[in-house]
Amino acid sequence: MWMLGPIGFAAPWLLLGLVVLPLLWLILKAVPPAPIRRRFPGVALLLGLTDSETQTDRTPWWLLLLRILAVALVILGFAGPVLNPQAETGGSGPLLVLTDGSWADARDWERRADRIEAALDEAGRLGRPVALVALTDLPPDGGATFQAADAAAARLPALQPEAWAPDADAVTAWAETLEGGFDTLWLSDGLARPWREPLLGALEARGAVTVFESPRPVRALRPARFEEGEVRLTALRAVTGSAAEADVAAIGLDPAGAERQLARETVAWDSGEDAAEVAFDLPPELRNRITRFELSGIRSAGAVTLADDALQRREVALIAGGAEPEGLELLDPLHYLREALEPTADVLEGDLNDLLLANPDVLVFADVATLADTEAVAVREWVEAGGMLLRFAGPRLAASDVSRTEESPLLPVRLRAGGRSIGGAMSWGEPKTLAPFAEDSPFFGLPLPDDVVVNAQVMAQPDPSLAARVIAQLADGTPLVTRKPLGDGQVVLFHVTANAEWSSLPLSGLFVDMLERLAVSTRPPQLTEAELAGTTWAPEEVLTAFGRIEEADTLPGVTGERLAAGGPGPDMPPGLYAGDDRRIAVNVLDAEATLAPMEWPARVPVVGLEVLRETVLKGWVLAAALALLLADVLASLALSGRLRGPRAAPAALALTLALAAAPDAPRAQDAPPPDPAADALALEATQEVVLAHVLTGNRQVDDTAEAGLRGLSDVLYRRTSIEPAAPLGVDLETDELAFFPLLYWPVTEDQPIPSADAYARLNRYLRSGGMILFDTRDADLAGFGSSSPEGRKLQALARGLDIPPLEPLPADHVLTRTFYLLQDFPGRHAGREIWVEAAPPGAEQVEGMPFRDLNDGVTPVVIGGNDWAAAWATDEAGNRLFPVGRGMTGERQREMAYRFGVNLVMHVLTGNYKSDQVHVPALLDRLGQ
Amino acid sequence: MSDPLLLRQGAEELAAPFPPLLAEAEHLATTVLLGEHGRRRPGQGDDFWQFRPALPFDESRSIDWRRSGRADGAFVREKEWQIAQSVILWVDQAASMSFTSLKSGETKARRARLLGLAAAVLLIRGGERVGMTGLRLPPRAGEGQLARIAALLSEDEPADYGAPDAGGMLPHSRALFVSDFLGDLAPVEAALTRAADRGVRGALLQVLDPQEEAFPFDGRTIFESMTGSLRHETLKAGELRDRYLVRLAERKDWLAALAATTGWQFSAHHTGDSAAAALLWLYGALERRG
Repeated sequence: MWMLGPIGFAAPWLLLGLVVLPLLWLILKAVPPAPIRRRFPGVALLLGLTDSETQTDRTPWWLLLLRILAVALVILGFAGPVLNPQAETGGSGPLLVLTDGSWADARDWERRADRIEAALDEAGRLGRPVALVALTDLPPDGGATFQAADAAAARLPALQPEAWAPDADAVTAWAETLEGGFDTLWLSDGLARPWREPLLGALEARGAVTVFESPRPVRALRPARFEEGEVRLTALRAVTGSAAEADVAAIGLDPAGAERQLARETVAWDSGEDAAEVAFDLPPELRNRITRFELSGIRSAGAVTLADDALQRREVALIAGGAEPEGLELLDPLHYLREALEPTADVLEGDLNDLLLANPDVLVFADVATLADTEAVAVREWVEAGGMLLRFAGPRLAASDVSRTEESPLLPVRLRAGGRSIGGAMSWGEPKTLAPFAEDSPFFGLPLPDDVVVNAQVMAQPDPSLAARVIAQLADGTPLVTRKPLGDGQVVLFHVTANAEWSSLPLSGLFVDMLERLAVSTRPPQLTEAELAGTTWAPEEVLTAFGRIEEADTLPGVTGERLAAGGPGPDMPPGLYAGDDRRIAVNVLDAEATLAPMEWPARVPVVGLEVLRETVLKGWVLAAALALLLADVLASLALSGRLRGPRAAPAALALTLALAAAPDAPRAQDAPPPDPAADALALEATQEVVLAHVLTGNRQVDDTAEAGLRGLSDVLYRRTSIEPAAPLGVDLETDELAFFPLLYWPVTEDQPIPSADAYARLNRYLRSGGMILFDTRDADLAGFGSSSPEGRKLQALARGLDIPPLEPLPADHVLTRTFYLLQDFPGRHAGREIWVEAAPPGAEQVEGMPFRDLNDGVTPVVIGGNDWAAAWATDEAGNRLFPVGRGMTGERQREMAYRFGVNLVMHVLTGNYKSDQVHVPALLDRLGQ
Repeated sequence: MSDPLLLRQGAEELAAPFPPLLAEAEHLATTVLLGEHGRRRPGQGDDFWQFRPALPFDESRSIDWRRSGRADGAFVREKEWQIAQSVILWVDQAASMSFTSLKSGETKARRARLLGLAAAVLLIRGGERVGMTGLRLPPRAGEGQLARIAALLSEDEPADYGAPDAGGMLPHSRALFVSDFLGDLAPVEAALTRAADRGVRGALLQVLDPQEEAFPFDGRTIFESMTGSLRHETLKAGELRDRYLVRLAERKDWLAALAATTGWQFSAHHTGDSAAAALLWLYGALERRG
């Protein structure tokens, strides 16, 4: 390969072709562009005309340059240029390929493996024997086994990083077993380690050492800790350069049991800082589900920290019997529980049903005696599903009959009536102290303070099962704490109160310890060495170097001492270890870990992994040549006049097609755009009160309806505080109805029956308080129910509507008095009754009242045939469009029609307001006149 | 060529555009109102023109006694001059006329034939006699003449540029020359001067393609005439545009001057424009009183 700066050529002899470029220049310069032949009758006029410029037969210099450049690029492209071709390192003699194989290598392990493979290939070409050693997986018999490169290459797939760092002692010991002379290629993970210097010295004593380091930053997480209600993590980085950011994801099981990301926070390192803190403020439900935290996008065990029980806080629901006396906090049955639990658990308080929905870990009843049947069943189911019910005795429990004759499922023992007091002013004996805890008691080992005395307790009935259920007792042998299993859960009863009334137990530290032992409160995060001594912990899950969780069924258990020593290694891979009743996470980094970059001595050549990338430039160079040739095509066409003038269009089109380099990337399907027409309608209909009419499809009827509503709107505007905007026609099939208080629906014989969708909208409209005024406009021809065509159509239309039972408008209906006092409701036609929602059957008129107390809401439909719209109709100038009646009588009828309209709109907008009895005196006064 | 099948095929092809051309020409002719028809002068004819006082040279039998009886003087009844005029038509059918740059494919020849035939339709409807130049078709009246004119117009000439034939012109008749006048102008001048000698007036209509008027060419180009007999090569066609346009304008000026001196009318028409406008001009020019 022939090198030219950073570019090498695979076929350098092709570059000789560049010599022909000047020749090409001369040829191109001599040949003018090819002419176009055109038939043109006007040629007779051209005869004898000569070209004024004689130089134009030459191709312009810039076009020549373009072509020469394109040809030069083609030659260069085929000569196979390669940027940063991989240089051969040469050397002879045995080669030791040494890799740290730690978790910090895992992040770019593929590239390290590539590099090792390249080194092995090269060694194979040069015939050098190779030894392949990972410091986390040292050869058991020490030294390095040099073998043929292809044999070493066969071992390469088995070479994997481990989730821990090399052990210093083992590395130092191994370094002493090295023999003979060899060169070393050391793929370091870039972190400073105490054993690096001695090992480097040992290797340099054997031959040249070359170090490869990835420039990628090493980042890692310290274990999560719980502080001040937040989960806090510290993210570390080895190289403290400029400010940087990374995402930390909290991963856990969702309610469906699938693993997913529960929360995500950004951690930001300040420039020059190697540690940065991030806090997750999560609800307890979510927090308790977290199984691990990860630095997003980094495949390394160091970027993962497992969460164990120390992060999980139990939810404790507290319920006290009886009303809590205000201001007596120290007597509050829950006060001491709250004080004891709040630092370590999440305390919930509230109604039992709500609390059960929250599915707490522990339910505490402080002196709760009886439960409603359904509540008792719910609590029992909850306990049987694994809950823990912790009950405290008290005056109510002592006074109640619960668990007297037969054992209540929610109490561990039967209770004697009344309990007992000891050591009081009116009783014999001294207050009792506690007996030491038995060995099988969960409280075993807790120190007994001297000052804990019990003054009163509820007494257990002696039963055969009693002895097995007592887990703490007083010095006289009476049970203090009893427990029984119930399903998967358990019920625990403290025979004293939860406050200091009956005993001083809640005042002592023992109370807190007991709660903790009962797993009511959360344990302290770290177990002491003494607690761990003699225990065995089984790995449940282990972490691979790549930060993946794997099941660990086949791994042996780990002793508590090893666990206490910390520091993961081959005998204790990082992961989750389960003991009797809790789990401990062993993480790659402990809480004090730091990361520092390795500072190699200046004599050691350090090579990055990055610069080894070859970039083949052939494609790019050829593409550039192609682009230049295309530009040349365009320029040539422009020069020879083919881009303008006749026949230019097809050429330009073809060129455009040819130059369209890449089709547009398919766009993601957009969400359907909001319908601007619907938005406009909604805006128009909601900015003011708008009366609406149903478009029937009959132009004349629709126009009349609109004119009628316009006239009514004007009257409303003048006479009442309702100020409607111009009326709208609505299409039942497309428009939203919810904006309109009143829908005027003129019934025509030939209008179409609405679709099912439209009926759904109409019914929704009626149910949500809308009103439809059906007008058959045939009162002059037909009585209601008689078979006028409109009447039949109305029946057909109303069949799909959700209409309540109807009755002719009674004289005391609220429509008769919402604004005007009316008794008849004429439109253009007079005298036919109108129908509204029927009054409830039980409505009776009260003596002395002018009207009944009728139904509450607004009647959803008003049905009549008086052709009101025609009576109301005005044009824009306010002129009436239709005659009504004759003379003054007619005007009176029109006025009544308007008054009906006003009453109707008032009824829609104010509901049964005028039914309110408050108005009775005023109305009586008016009616009396 | 003696193959009867080939002859038949040629005849069919020749006849094919013929009825549409005639129909289109008639359609075009209906757009011109025959308002100014008639000679508007006394002469031989059937229709009454005017009474005029008898002059000494009038024969006594020409005096209208009924009219003279109502006045003191004698009056002569004059009839309107109804002797039909002869119009000679020449439409350039040379190869240069078959050029078009239009998307519609409307060639100059088609436009010229259309205009010529439409004018003939109008004239024959007006009672004139229409014929073709040379001795190909003497002027005759009647609808049958239209079919003959159309048949003759449908022929093509092999020559590159056409030249009018001044033969066969009746004295004091009218003539209509339609061509692009891009060829040699000497025959045109000869024909016009000869016509002027015989007292023949008429109209020259130059039909040009829009490209011939605009010369929208650029780059290295070889221009060829329609038959390829003439060619001109240029390296920068755009440079020639101005000089070409000057030459074209000179030619038009020359034609207009020639027409003025011989008492003819001259106008230029582009195939891109409406044919009706040109027909109106033609009709007006031919109706001008000599």
